[in-house]
This record gives sequence, structure tokens and C-alpha cells, in this order.
Amino acid sequence: MKRALALYAVAAYAFLHAPLLILAAFSFNRSRYTVWTGFSLDWYRAAFRDHQLREGAWNSILIAVTATTISTAVGALFAYGLWKRRSRWLSASLYLSLITPEIVTGVSLLAFYQWIFQFWRLHLGMCTVVFAHVSFCIAYVVLVVAARLRGFDPGLEDAALDLGATEWGIFWHVVLPYLKPGILAAALLAFTVSIDDYVITSLVAGVDSQTLPMVIYAMARRGVNPVVNAVSSVIVFGLGAMILISERLRAS
Amino acid sequence: MNRVRAIALTPGAAVIVVLFLIPLAITCAYSALTRGAYFGLGPPWTADNYRRLADPLYGMVFLRSFALAAASTAICCLLGFPLAVFIARSGRRKNLYLHLVILPFWTSQLVRIYAWMFLLRETGLANGILQALGIIRAPLPLLYNDGAVLLGLVYAHLPFMVLPLYAALERLDPNLLEASADLGARPWTTLSRVMLPLAAPGIRAGAVLVFVPCLGAFLVPDLLGGGKSIMIGTVIQNQFTTARDWPFGAAMSLVVMVIVLVLLWVGAGRRGEDLL
Repeated sequence: MKRALALYAVAAYAFLHAPLLILAAFSFNRSRYTVWTGFSLDWYRAAFRDHQLREGAWNSILIAVTATTISTAVGALFAYGLWKRRSRWLSASLYLSLITPEIVTGVSLLAFYQWIFQFWRLHLGMCTVVFAHVSFCIAYVVLVVAARLRGFDPGLEDAALDLGATEWGIFWHVVLPYLKPGILAAALLAFTVSIDDYVITSLVAGVDSQTLPMVIYAMARRGVNPVVNAVSSVIVFGLGAMILISERLRAS
Repeated sequence: MNRVRAIALTPGAAVIVVLFLIPLAITCAYSALTRGAYFGLGPPWTADNYRRLADPLYGMVFLRSFALAAASTAICCLLGFPLAVFIARSGRRKNLYLHLVILPFWTSQLVRIYAWMFLLRETGLANGILQALGIIRAPLPLLYNDGAVLLGLVYAHLPFMVLPLYAALERLDPNLLEASADLGARPWTTLSRVMLPLAAPGIRAGAVLVFVPCLGAFLVPDLLGGGKSIMIGTVIQNQFTTARDWPFGAAMSLVVMVIVLVLLWVGAGRRGEDLL
């Protein structure tokens, strides 16, 4: 029974990981077809030289860094504000935003932006993408930081209060240092969620804000392309490393 | 203490209201408006957008989406249960095994779907191996059909099922299983009479967490289904881009949203926490 279960687990993990590992292996293949003809870094060079991919990567990083900074700050404060307080409709809205299908979030943001544009002469671009990313990253940040807060000893707050600390001082000198690893983990998570998003981004992006997933999607739509294999491998291993660091921080 | 907390809460509450609740309200309003000549939309207010959903064409899309999401949920449950049991029983290595499930889930969604395009296409590895083994002569059309979409949905959402199942099974006292065996129950009886009822909350949470995103999936049917396996997400996206019929797209989104709310209410409650 035990061996059967272990065998099954090996198969299940192979199912989860093999497609990405095979893709990564073939990104080093000299031939553009799925027949191994020798090791080569040509597709990585081609990907690096591709202007669209470079511009997309740059936009993606810019958007992800901005959205991560904003959503981490706002989300961490929000988690602290929500701590020990019952605000059912706020937490319910947060969970709802997490489980709402991306396509619905995307079109409702698009409808919202178009409605606003009636009053202000604005257009879809980097700004609208950043706000959209903040809106879906914030829930992840709140969940991670709130989980860390659950381990916080409220006695410390009382002690600081007794020793004459101000409310603000307590937050800054007692709570924040304790939350630091959680906040860092949340930021890494927000970054990976932001940099990978396609569905919502593609709906609210303008001509000047094509992101890396949008460029990859356009290429993939035209069929399998060894350059995409190379970029994909870089993304998988880059994000994988970030997630591992984030998990480490949360476990500490 | 309360003043600082109230201030801390404000920006986040503003983001939730302005960037989530108000957009949903506006979508609500749009769904009852009439589509204008080119791009505009405005009064008269109408329920026509909802009536059009009764068209058999869209009924079929809803039906197909429901069937694919339900099938994905069932398959994820069947595949995920033994894996969750394995992880829950693996002692000190638990965390490692859990991370191996979570890792591909957090790395790029787009890339994971693309990896299946790479494997399943006509000249892909799957066809190559089958041909090399002499099992088939001509390449099989593995991509751009319901089967490919189902595979993609299961692959993309399996971790959503494994995590809540694991959370439920981990809390399960192993003595109960031993007691059941000692009292003469066969393994199958122990599974169906002891394990499954105790894991039920996890199954319910997992089912909602898999069914909901599958129902609204866009990338999987778009890339693995081609134009042949259309789901609700594809139609909504199309209404807001090429078809430019926003009121109809908004009506469709709201129907999806109502289904999501009902499922959340019936199913998981606040189990979303188990995901992280």
C-alpha cells in the first residue's frame, strides 16, 4: 500500500514538473524541431536580441516593481489595520477579489477605466496597468502578512505601551521589525504574480505598455517557437528561485 | 492603538473599493445599457443583454464550460487525493513535498500552458515518441480540442485541490485509521467510511477553488483549444475586444460572478486561506 502510494506520488510529480523541464531542456537544442541535434545557446542569444521581447521585459519589470512597492506598503498596513478587528465585509471583499475569475476582474477594470476617461482625458497605458496590478496583488500581500501577524505576541504591544511608547512608535519599532520577513515574502510573491499576469494586463494595457507575457502570448499564438522556449525557461527558473526565497522567509 | 490601525486600514480599503467594488458596480450598470453605433453605449436601459444569453449558441458555451470545469474538478480530486495522502503521511519531508506541488503553481501560468503546446503539437514530443515506437504512423491531432483543454485545466489547477485536501488530511488522527482496521474494516471501507467523511471540508474547499477558475478560464481554452473549444472566458474577452459588444460581455461576466458567489456561499466559505 505504502509503496503503491509512493510510486503514484512519483508519477504525479513527474506530471507536474516534466513539461517545464522538457521545455527547458529543448531550449538548448540546436534544431528548431523536437529532435535533439546538439547543445546550443543560439535561441537565448536570439531572445536577448529581440527588440519586442526586450521592450516587453523592461515594461514588465517596471510595472512589477511599481505595483509590488505600492501593493506591499498598502497591503501590509491593511493587514495590520485588520488585525484583531472584525470587518466582515472588508475581508469578504478581499477574498472575493482573490477568487474572482481573472477575466471578470479584467473586463470590469476596463469598463471602470473607460467610464473614468469620460471625465478626464486619459488613456490606457502604464498607469492603468499598474493600478490593475495593485488591485490583484494586494490580497496576496494581506494574506501573507496577516499569517505572520497571527504569531505576534500582543503582550509586546502592551509592554511597549507601558514603557511609554506612542501608538505610532509601537508600530514602527515593535510590530514592523517583527513583520519584516513576512513583508519581504509578500513582496516577492506580489512581484511574481504581477510579472506573470496576462489576462488582466492585456485588457487594460495600451500601445506603449506591452508586457513580456503579452509578447510571449502573441508569439505562442503563432505556434511553437524556440525563442519562446528560451524566454520561458528563463522565466520559470527566475520566478522559481524567487518563490523558494519567499517560502524560506515565510518559514523563518 | 485604534487610531493608528484605522489610518493603516484606509489606503487598502480605498484600493478594494475603488479598484474592485466600483468596477464591479460599473460592469453591473453596463450590462443593462444599449450598445451604440460604433463604440459608445448608453440608455435606454434594457434587459436584452441577459435575454440574449438564452440563445442556444451561448447556452452551448455555458454548458461546455460547466462540463469542462466539472470534469476538471472531478479529475483533480481523483488525482489529488492520493497525492495529498502521500504528503500528509511523509513525516519530516512533508514541507519539501508540499513545496514541490506549490512551485509550478506560482511560476508562470502562461509558460505552463505553452509547455503543453510544445508537447502536444503535431511535430511535438508526444507525437514524436508515439511515432518512434511505431504505435502510430501519422501524427495525432492532440492539440486544439476539448481533450487538450481538459488536460490543461487539470494541470493548471491540481495544486488548488492538493493544498486544501492536504490541510484536511493532516489534521486527521492516524489512530482513527488504525482503530478502523483493528475493528476489521477493509482498506476500502476505512477509506470510504472514515477518511473521506473527515476529508470532506477539504474536498469541498478544493472543489470550489478548482471549479471557479476553470469556469472563467481564458488562457487554457484560448491556447490549447484554438478556436474549437470555446469557453465563457473566451466569449467575454471577445465581447470586450474584437466584437466590441460591452453590454453583452458585461452581462455574461455578471452571470459568472453570480455563479461564483453562489458556489462560495454553498461551498468553501473562507477556505481561501488554506491556499497560502
